[in-house]
Formats: sequence, structure tokens, C-alpha cells
Amino acid sequence: MSFESTLLARINKPNSAGLDGYSSDGGYNAFERALREKAPIDVITQVKDSGLRGRGGAGFPTGLKWTFLPKDHPGPIYLCINADESEPCTYNNRILMEKDPHQVLEGIMLACYAIKSECCYFYIRYEYGDAYRTLQAAIDECYAAGLLGKNIFNTGFNLDIYLHRGAGAYICGEETGLIESLEGKRAWPRIKPPFPAIEGAFRKPTIVNNVETMACVTQIMRRGIDWFKSLGVPPDPKNPRDAGSYGPKLYTIAGHVNEPKCVELPMGVTLRDLVEKHGGGVWKGRKAKTVNPGGLSMGFIDVNAPLKGEDGKTEYDIPLDFNGPGKVGCLGLGTAAITVVDDQTSMLDVLHNVCQFFSHESCGQCTPCREGTGWMLKITDRMRRGQGRQEDLDILVDVADRIGIMPGTTICGLSDGAGWPVKTAIRKFRKEFEDAVKTGKRSQYAKALQLAGAH
Amino acid sequence: MSAISDDIKNRILSLLPRYPRKQAVTLPALHLVHDEYRTVSNEHIVEIAQLLELHPSEVHDTMTFYEFFKHDDNKLGKTRLWVCRGLACHLRGAYELIEHCEGKLGVKCGETTSDGKITLEFAECIGACDGAPACLKDDRHVMNVSTERADQLIEELQR
Ligand SMILES: Cc1cc2nc3c(=O)[nH]c(=O)nc-3n(C[C@H](O)[C@H](O)[C@H](O)COP(=O)(O)O)c2cc1C
Ligand code: SF4
Ligand code: FES
Repeated sequence: MSFESTLLARINKPNSAGLDGYSSDGGYNAFERALREKAPIDVITQVKDSGLRGRGGAGFPTGLKWTFLPKDHPGPIYLCINADESEPCTYNNRILMEKDPHQVLEGIMLACYAIKSECCYFYIRYEYGDAYRTLQAAIDECYAAGLLGKNIFNTGFNLDIYLHRGAGAYICGEETGLIESLEGKRAWPRIKPPFPAIEGAFRKPTIVNNVETMACVTQIMRRGIDWFKSLGVPPDPKNPRDAGSYGPKLYTIAGHVNEPKCVELPMGVTLRDLVEKHGGGVWKGRKAKTVNPGGLSMGFIDVNAPLKGEDGKTEYDIPLDFNGPGKVGCLGLGTAAITVVDDQTSMLDVLHNVCQFFSHESCGQCTPCREGTGWMLKITDRMRRGQGRQEDLDILVDVADRIGIMPGTTICGLSDGAGWPVKTAIRKFRKEFEDAVKTGKRSQYAKALQLAGAH
Repeated sequence: MSAISDDIKNRILSLLPRYPRKQAVTLPALHLVHDEYRTVSNEHIVEIAQLLELHPSEVHDTMTFYEFFKHDDNKLGKTRLWVCRGLACHLRGAYELIEHCEGKLGVKCGETTSDGKITLEFAECIGACDGAPACLKDDRHVMNVSTERADQLIEELQR
């Protein structure tokens, strides 16, 4: 069956970011129809019944999250759009914002109508300057066309969207870090509860959603629930808590592939197909050693490790739906950003790079995360200088197992994300690490790349 | 005389109606000042604090958290050139590229060339992995930066 893209359907059109083109492709009809014909609760119900789960990393059901807002709240209620997109090797939000900003804005309008918010703060990472300017131009067009501002379509609905630029810190992607940053403070994630839906931005009820989630809302309101549910993977009947993995998904492919790119596919494509079919295969005629299935926080799979109970299949064959990566010890689907590492690359160099990131980006407020990420970097650095000890491997796994909201030692999930790549890499490639320690070979990169302080 | 021009002050003030609290304008104000003056000095901090009715230490606290804004005499050059060191870029030659740029410019990451033209920085993943290794020229992506492409880019920026 051939799959027709929707989220990316317009990106190759000339001037795809403009309002004219978007309108002539039927843009903003869903918003107008919702405003004129539907009650806010109908929009929430449609999104809820579609099975849409957030695309920002945690996969929380979107419509359900919206129902957590207090009933009959006098307002204001805020929508914060999370366009911090700093999970390493992830760039799908960027494509949407640069190429089809109105699709994202329409989703925001629908979401704000649904949750009765008149104000959206769109938090975008500083590095996305082009996306920022494209979005600002699109927002300006909307104000001029009466799609934003006061009394939209004469229905009495008011809405403002404000772009707010970050300043280069990964932790601003964590939803309460984002809120603190928006408020003008250091981006220290808050202890939860209260969750943002009860007490969020400026201590008011707030929904935080991802950019791609908003694009999905637009398509669900335009094409309906049946369309959305015709794509992807239904809930696992053996798992009563599984909410399914419906809809189209943007996957980004990076690293050692011939054609790094962003593709839209029904949820559930296998890693192997993504790399071999859509990414043009591994570069230089080599083979893949490991793949990171969803942003570095998700950990690593071993391309050659057999899948239990599945004859002839390996971890390379897992489907990328919300459940797939978890079956092979990874944290989850994450941002569905996959990074391929070829068989000529040292896992130690890869892991050092990962540890360097998390140590740099830990916000420093929880001791296990601040110290743990720092020590994991120091140990991997020592190992790549050829001065590793066998016990370092156990220490790394031990630290990685202890830091995070899952073991319950920290405030936010950055530290879970810091631990997962370490423990999956060492558990799955232990022999390679042991050999590296034994031979004491120095990495070609073990020079003085500077160690930056924590944020 | 004030350190922040009336024009920049007015642009900062014009953002206040967007937010229920003045403190929310801290980051936008820091960006406006930093872009214009290439640094945020103590005088700038004090004036931002006055505009936003904050204590200067609050502005300073937020500012330093991000490690993004240059302070006092450590001024940004005309262009800030970031080289990504994220995994996707590393796998396609980012560390070599960083070293190459440091050699070519005669500075380390975080430093500015003596002619004040270029500040070199490393960055964590800048979300341009489809064009790895990638750079950021101020806030614009430059994709597929081979060492030759980097030389070209640097020469353009030195003109
Ligand atoms: C350290 C960390 C970084 C995160 N970065 C992002 C991000 O850049 N973009 C994003 O949408 N969600 C990010 N998240 C997830 C958000 O906290 C939140 O779950 C998400 O924005 C909710 O949107 P959704 O329900 O539409 O997915 C991050 C979480 C953590 C713990
Ligand atoms: S877990 Fe790490 S990043 Fe998250 S709040 Fe604690 S110290 Fe900050
Ligand atoms: S790793 Fe360099 S742009 Fe993503």
C-alpha cells in the first residue's frame, strides 16, 4: 500500500510557508468550521478519540491532557508550544516550522479554542532563526487576515500567539523548565505535582504541547478520526495500559546513512526499513553497528542482537511505535529521531559524545544528575584516553541505573535520558568496552576538546 | 548617560503587554541588548532590571544560567560562528571541523579573533543533522560544512 503524506504534503510547494498557498489548499477551513459549528468540548473529544499521543517525547495522550485543566476556570489559561527541539539528532519540528508554519499555527488555534485559551506562548530554541522568522511572518499574515487577534470570524473568540526565543539550553525543552524560562528565570524544572495543567505558566493552568502534535491536531480536525486511526498500530491486546500508536509520524534519519532526511510514515515502520529503504542505506558500503532509535536519551540498539522469540530477526527489526524500542531495553520512541552508527566506529567515542552532552546540559539542581552526568563524562573520558579500568564499566551502569525520575532520585527526565544510553551501550556492547580497557588504546579524539561547565 | 539606547529601551518596553509579569521580558531584553552591544555589561543589567522592576541580581542570575550571553569586556565578534559537536555531526567529521576552524582562525572555541570579526563557538546539536556536519552563522544554519566550505565561509566573514 502506498502511503500519502499529510504532515509533509506541502513542503515542496513553492512558497509553502505563505498564507495564500495554505488557504488555497484548504487551510484554516477546519479552524473556521470548529469556531462556527463546534463547541470546545467537541474539539477535545475528537482529538481524544483519535488516539493522538504527544510527539514531544513522552507520548502522553493529547486530548486526555487537555481534560486535566480545571473545569470552568475563569482564566487565563495558557498554551505553551514546545519548539525547543534540542534532543540530539532531532530536527522534524524544524522542517514543519520552516516549510509549513500555517499547518502548525492552525493546530494551535484549534487547541486554544478547545482549551479556552486566548494566549499562546510559542517557545522556540534560539538556534532556529530561520524558523523563527518564518513563523513570525506567518503570524503577521494571520493577524492581517483576521485569523488572530480579537473577535475572530465574528465569533467572539480572541487569540494571540507570541514567539519567545530560548538561549541555547536543552533543559528548556522539559515542560516546566520551559515555563520557568518563559517567566524569565533560570530554567530549573519544577517539582511535580502540581502539573502545568493545574499550575503552569505564571501559576495559571497551562498546556504544553509539541509542534508536531499541533500539526497532527490540524489534520485530525480536517480529515477526521477514522483517517488518523487508519494509520499506525492499534493497542497491544496483551497490554491493557497501551493506548496504541496511531497516525502518521515524522522520522528523522541522521548519522552514517547515505541520505540523512526527514520522512513521514505511518507509525510502526521498522528501524531496518528506515535506514535501508528511506535513508539510502549505511554509507560507504558499510554495515550498521548500532542505532539510536529516538534521540540520544532513548539509548542504543544492537543491530546484530537476535530478537527473542522472533526467528531470524534482530533488534534492527523493531517497529518504531510507542512500544517498540522498549522491547529491546530502550527508553521509548522519544522523538523518533534515529542516528545510525557504522561498524567502523568506536562505541566508546560515541558514548563519550553522549556523556559530554548530558553533563553539559544538566541544569544542576539535583545532585544525582549533576554529579552523575559529570562522573560519567569523566569516566568515559578517562577510558578513551586509554586509562580505563574494568570496574569502570560497572560503575557507569550503576550510576546510570540510579539517576532519574524512574528510580526516583531527580526532578526531571533529563537524567533518565542521560542514564539510558550509558546502560544500553555498555550492556549491549560490553565486549567492545572490555577490549578497549584491556588494550588501553587511545581514541583518536582524546585530545583537549574543552569540557564546558554545567548550565 | 544610559548604557542602553532609547530605541532598544522602547523595544524592550513594547514587549511588556505580551506577558502578565514583567520578569518574562528578561530573555527577550537580554537578546536585544546582546545583539546590539555584543555583550551584556553590568550597566546593561542594572538598566534592564530597572525597566522590568527587578533586582539586578535576578537578571544576572537568569543571564548566567544560559551561558549564552557574553559579559562585560568579553565581547562577541561581528559574527558568531558555532560549529556543532552533536553526535550526528561528530559521526560526519565535526571534531575535525572544530579543530580546523580553531587552526584557521587562531582562536579556541569561545574566543574572538583579534580583528573582532569572528567569535568561534562549539554547539550541542543545532537541529540540522540532515546537513551534518553543520554550523550556525549567528542564528542561521549552514549545512554540509566540509573543511573547504568552512574556509570559504570564514573568508566571507573576514571580508
Ligand atoms: C530533558 C527533556 C527535554 C525535553 N525536550 C523537549 C523538546 O525539545 N520538545 C518537546 O516537545 N518536548 C520535550 N520534552 C518533553 C516535554 O517535557 C513535554 O512532555 C512535551 O513538550 C509535551 O508535548 P506533547 O504532549 O505534545 O508531546 C523534553 C523532556 C525532557 C525531560
Ligand atoms: S534531573 Fe538533572 S536536568 Fe532535571 S532538574 Fe534535576 S538536575 Fe536539572
Ligand atoms: S548533531 Fe549537529 S546538527 Fe544535530
